Amino acid sequence: MSMAIFSRDWLLSEDPETRAQARLGQFYRLMRALMRNPLAMVGLAIIVALLVVAAFAPWIAPYSPLQGSLQNRLQPPSSAHWMGTDELGRDILSRVIHGSRITLYIVLLVAVISAPLGLIVGAVSGYFGGWVDKVLMGFTDIFLSMPRLIMALAFVAALGPGIENAVIAIAITAWPVYARIARAETLTFRTAEFISAVQMQGASHARVIWRHVIPLCLSSTIVRVTLDMAGIILTAAGLGFLGLGAQPPLPEWGAMISRGRAFILDQWWVATMPGFAIVIVSLGFCLFGDGLRDVLDPKGKVKV
Amino acid sequence: MAQAARMFGPLATRAAPLVWFIVIILMTFLGLLAITFVIGRVVPIDPVLAVVGDRAPRATYEAARLAMGLDDPLVVQFFRYVGDVVQGNLGRSVSTGRPVAEDLARVFPATLEMATLGIIIGVTIGVPMGVIAAARQGSWIDQIIRVLALAGYAIPAFWLGLVGLVIFYAHFRLVGGPGRINIFMDGMVPVRTGLLLVDSLIAGDMRAFRSAFSHIILPGTILGFFSLAYIARMTRSFMLEQLGQEYITTARVKGAPERVIIWRHAFRPIRVQLITVIGLSYAGLLEGSVMIETVFSWPGIGNYLTTALLNADMNAVLGATLVIGAVFITINKGSDLLYRLLDPRARA
Repeated sequence: MSMAIFSRDWLLSEDPETRAQARLGQFYRLMRALMRNPLAMVGLAIIVALLVVAAFAPWIAPYSPLQGSLQNRLQPPSSAHWMGTDELGRDILSRVIHGSRITLYIVLLVAVISAPLGLIVGAVSGYFGGWVDKVLMGFTDIFLSMPRLIMALAFVAALGPGIENAVIAIAITAWPVYARIARAETLTFRTAEFISAVQMQGASHARVIWRHVIPLCLSSTIVRVTLDMAGIILTAAGLGFLGLGAQPPLPEWGAMISRGRAFILDQWWVATMPGFAIVIVSLGFCLFGDGLRDVLDPKGKVKV
Repeated sequence: MAQAARMFGPLATRAAPLVWFIVIILMTFLGLLAITFVIGRVVPIDPVLAVVGDRAPRATYEAARLAMGLDDPLVVQFFRYVGDVVQGNLGRSVSTGRPVAEDLARVFPATLEMATLGIIIGVTIGVPMGVIAAARQGSWIDQIIRVLALAGYAIPAFWLGLVGLVIFYAHFRLVGGPGRINIFMDGMVPVRTGLLLVDSLIAGDMRAFRSAFSHIILPGTILGFFSLAYIARMTRSFMLEQLGQEYITTARVKGAPERVIIWRHAFRPIRVQLITVIGLSYAGLLEGSVMIETVFSWPGIGNYLTTALLNADMNAVLGATLVIGAVFITINKGSDLLYRLLDPRARA
């Protein structure tokens, strides 16, 4: 038996003996389906690269992201400075590499705040139905019909510039989508027998929602969060570009583009280089999210 | 609703969803006002200090506070705020010294002009592209749409604007630079509609028209690119849905030419759905122009908003947010309403 662990047959077994076996088997099937989609693998590779670069930034970056020499200012891309240098003589490549940490920080924090919030609102709304549903969804729809970028701008204006406030502002505008998805998902099984069975065993509403409803909404929410990552990155970069996100001298990509604007006509590399990083990382999340959706949520393919 | 139906007959059954829809729209507008109100309240800037200055004696401060109604319950303050906004009173901008509503009316046409050019580009190229891509799945045009859709998701608009300036303005000198028109012609065209392309034509000033056109074409095309990516993708998926229906197979069996099948049988029913998509895209462009305007120093509402943000000019920020939000909601819900009225399937 122990020999058989992690073998293909054990993973794909139709009647798993333990929960762990079932979960591992599911994971194996998912990975196999993903492997068949080359674009999704490209996306995954980009995301993994982002994680690695962010984790090892100080060791990968050839120079300091904050210190430069003024004799070296605004140098075009060369073998010493692959992406050139900025107006303070700092190596742009090193700044882009360190900037990956800020991007990752923002994206993760927004996901960690907005996804659970949306999930809970949606699950509660769908599970109880009736006036709870009407009130919560009315609230959600109001937020959903607001222009997201403008709302984020206004919230940052109120809270003051900075990464944390940018994260809060983006999260406030991001959760309604997840609430909608979780509610739609909950409605499909709220009258199912397994829910009634748990209820008749005396489980509280909170327990039913937490243990039985939310886990079933997870996969479609994860798909949507992955797809939304690109939008979150672009919004965060936009806030940085307007001077409302990360503050100098932090090497945030959007803020770097903003600084480079002043030299755009003669020293084009200062503003354009960080943009490539944004495009590549956003593309990675888009491609991986697309692949994930095809595998996890095939019926959600039409509605975007 | 059932009771209403019994009382007023079939008319009410048709009207009831409409009334409900209008209630929802009103609630959404109230929600927007509530959000801007809350944002205005949590700003760490004390509005009283902004009026009386920080050296004012305590009594003056208290009197000003009372006069501004800041002692009233929040609900009262909120409804006073709603009343002000409904009457078009958005307060005075600290940086321009003029009423915010006046400022917004002045800058709005510039944004409208750019977004309209964008949506025209998006629709005239995006819709045919989407239709052809659906008709010939896997063809090069289908591949292009996939790439465009991805690019539309992954490329920041402000960055694309900067890259466009580097290539087409700085390098090739093909288009005008930042701003709406050559600075020497700025303010020379008499304002009629506020749309510079239209105004210069009315004035018969072809030199101004050419200058305005060379300035708007790059930001307009960039906005158009984003709406094109979205419209083409949606058109494609609507068309694919129609082409998979049985009545299409029937038409094919009857021997109808492919051109007729695609444009008459399949395209006609999706026109109503497309209205919604185009409406959403147009609203999105009005919002997206905030970034583009900053890059191109375009004197529209987006530029006004970002300038106000940097000056901590809160009345201007909230006024601009309110106007963009209101236009966004109106277009959004308007196209939704149009869809309900025009598409018999949505009435059920």
